[in-house]
Amino acid sequence: MKLLKLVPDNTNIQFLKLRVPFFVLSLVLIVGSWIAVAVNGLAFGVDFAGGQEVRMTFTQQTTAPIPSLREKIATLGYGEPVVQEFGAPNQVSIRVKLPDGAEQAPDAAKAIGERVIATVKADHADARVDGNDTVSGKVAGEFRNQAILALLAAMAAVSLYIWVRFEWQFGVGAMFALVHDVSITLGLFALTQWEFTLQIVAAILAIIGYSLNDTIVVYDRIRENLKKFRKMEMGALLDLSVNETLARTVMTSLTLFVALIPLLFFGPPSLFGMVAAITVGLFVGTYSSVYMAGPLLIWMGVTTNSFVPTETALDKQEKIARGEA
Amino acid sequence: MLDFPLWKKLSLWTTTLAASLLALPSLANVAGLDWPSVLPNPQVSLGLDLAGGSHLLLEAKSADVRAQRLENMEETVRQLMRNAEPRIRIGDVSTADDKLSFILENAADIDRARGLIEPTMQGATTVREWELNVVDGQRIVLSQTEAGVNQAIDDAMDSATEVVRRRIDELGTREPTIIRQGDTRIVVQVPGLQDPQGLKDLVGKTAQLEFKLVDLDALPTNVQAGIAPPGSEIVPYAPGTPGAGSAIAVKRLGGIRGDNLTGAQAERDPQNGQSVVTIAFDAQGGAKFAKLTTENTGRPFAIILDGQVLSAPNINEPILGGRAQISGSFTPESANNLAIALRSGALPVPLAVVEERTVGPDLGADSIRKGLIAMGIGSLAVIALMIATYGRFGIYACVALVFNVLMLLGLMASGGFTLSLPGIAGFVITIGAAVDANVLINERIREERARGRKVVAAVETGYKEASRAIFDANLTNLISALALGVFGSGPVRGFAVVLFIGIITSVFTGVHLTRMFVAGWLRKARPNDITI
Repeated sequence: MKLLKLVPDNTNIQFLKLRVPFFVLSLVLIVGSWIAVAVNGLAFGVDFAGGQEVRMTFTQQTTAPIPSLREKIATLGYGEPVVQEFGAPNQVSIRVKLPDGAEQAPDAAKAIGERVIATVKADHADARVDGNDTVSGKVAGEFRNQAILALLAAMAAVSLYIWVRFEWQFGVGAMFALVHDVSITLGLFALTQWEFTLQIVAAILAIIGYSLNDTIVVYDRIRENLKKFRKMEMGALLDLSVNETLARTVMTSLTLFVALIPLLFFGPPSLFGMVAAITVGLFVGTYSSVYMAGPLLIWMGVTTNSFVPTETALDKQEKIARGEA
Repeated sequence: MLDFPLWKKLSLWTTTLAASLLALPSLANVAGLDWPSVLPNPQVSLGLDLAGGSHLLLEAKSADVRAQRLENMEETVRQLMRNAEPRIRIGDVSTADDKLSFILENAADIDRARGLIEPTMQGATTVREWELNVVDGQRIVLSQTEAGVNQAIDDAMDSATEVVRRRIDELGTREPTIIRQGDTRIVVQVPGLQDPQGLKDLVGKTAQLEFKLVDLDALPTNVQAGIAPPGSEIVPYAPGTPGAGSAIAVKRLGGIRGDNLTGAQAERDPQNGQSVVTIAFDAQGGAKFAKLTTENTGRPFAIILDGQVLSAPNINEPILGGRAQISGSFTPESANNLAIALRSGALPVPLAVVEERTVGPDLGADSIRKGLIAMGIGSLAVIALMIATYGRFGIYACVALVFNVLMLLGLMASGGFTLSLPGIAGFVITIGAAVDANVLINERIREERARGRKVVAAVETGYKEASRAIFDANLTNLISALALGVFGSGPVRGFAVVLFIGIITSVFTGVHLTRMFVAGWLRKARPNDITI
């Protein structure tokens, strides 16, 4: 039986040759994402913005009449409503701000939700209510703080772990790769204006853990090769390590994608944003394992001498025996 | 490598099969099959986002706890000073600025007063709950310590959670979840409940019932202007009562609270057909109530619920039986709600709804169906890819993958974990990432074979050398799953649980189980070459 080999044996792609242009491209993408987030902002859902959110499905229509809904609900007097598609094209989330004082009176908030529902149903008998949420401004603010804290803590913890298991340069490389992956995922949500909810933060936290899997495999090989090929030039050694592990990188990423992509297209529409975030995050994560995590090591001065033990185990034993350590 | 002692094989199989079998009842349920009732029936519980239902986040107002404690302290101090032998006279009592302060008319009483008050400052625990300061030798200032307030809030929240639980149980809804969250919050989740209004009416009612004497000396013009005479307070009539829109003055102290009730029942008054609530006091409450009504016969007292007057009837005769009837322009429903609330006890602290979510039932069923289909397609794609790439070793990995999914499901069912909508995504990620370990191992075996190692040595090195990266990768996965669990509540935590358990089961099946499969085959077939 002939087995499938996605990466032929003895593949030798000179990845590192193009490290500067690709690194610049990555920097442009990162900064571009930041600008997109700053200019467009993220389309916060009710979790982070607070307010009253109604989710509806128009069961008899292929696309939701978003502009007319927006117009109609604006006349109710709760300010400019946020009406956006979520999940399928015939599903919308409608968010209105709560007037001052309404937050203290939950019945008032609920009544606003009911009025929105009644207004939509008056025009569209096929509208099905999927959800009706009230999140007070205080709770929404806490969600925002917790989300930022969790993202930073997770990135720091993971990088710290890589530092402990490898060397500090590897920790910095991992941190940089994470910033890259997270920034581009955020940029995607700023550009598309897909609803940014607690689920999306959950997706990004998952990306932080899983996008490093490939990086770790490459790093593990670099460490092994650094000890094996003491005379090799660093660029060549990185290329060798990346090529040797390329089949793994491709396969591990591919198994994740073939599992995720059916979920993206055939799964529950309300999971679309989350699964899209994970898929994109892991995709750029694979790229950053090759093009960010590796070259950064060169620039941080990792050489084949970095892993030469300065003191052999024998020396140490002798020292202990002599009572010096 | 080839050497797998019997005990090791047995324990691996036992663990795998035991955890996998726990998944069967849930699978039977999804397939619509009947599960024999004689067998244990652990089921994966579905989160609100899949089952539909209501979620409420209630928050206590800690300021109210402070005010309540201060009022209790004032009452205690007044009583202690009055009952002292000889009586200690005090004046200029104030509860402003979160402090109780008063002047002793005779500065010589200071040590006696201190001696009487100090024992009451120590609560049930070792926490020092109050601080006593003497100003100018004659004024005593009592302030609440932070530790004392926190202790009180903690106690209040514990009993508030209990009260909320009792009230929701009275509604008869199925499987509500009621848990304390953080310092001042309670999460209430009721699957299947579409209109949470009744629920909110019930848990939003503090049900603090008070009987206070009406201050007959207060000038009606002052009362309507909101100016209370010293020692009295202005309380408005509840909406819907005949007096709605106006207010009366009642004596601040000397009343009693409806804390000591043994029962409350909604009834119909046989004389006028109105809905009323009948309450029964316990012995202690009955005695207090008898004393209050005996001492004040002929005078009116106000029945106050949550700071609003329901009615202010005259005490025609002492009420000694420990039973009383409350009328307040109730509808049959509102009378019933009040009876439930009074029966379950007053909330020790008012609760406000700060977050409320309702999920429709159709969305959840649709999500499960689509999620299962997508998971099926994804699994088949992963299986096809693994077998096409690694042949026999791919088959072993896929058998392990099936056990992995079963174990994950079984552990969730038996551990009482909730499957949420993001949890479905967690399952799919687990399926895609679980075979990563096998990819790393198999690729290493390929490499070692290419370097000319013998079959057994290559397999052995493959498992050994790959384990480092597998360990590191799974540990970073665990870190992010932990961050998710700490960060998220509800659906996000459901996602974290799936990832967390999935990481553990996938290392177990992907590394240990496949190793046993491979070793068994190698020992039996003794191949000189392997296709990998």
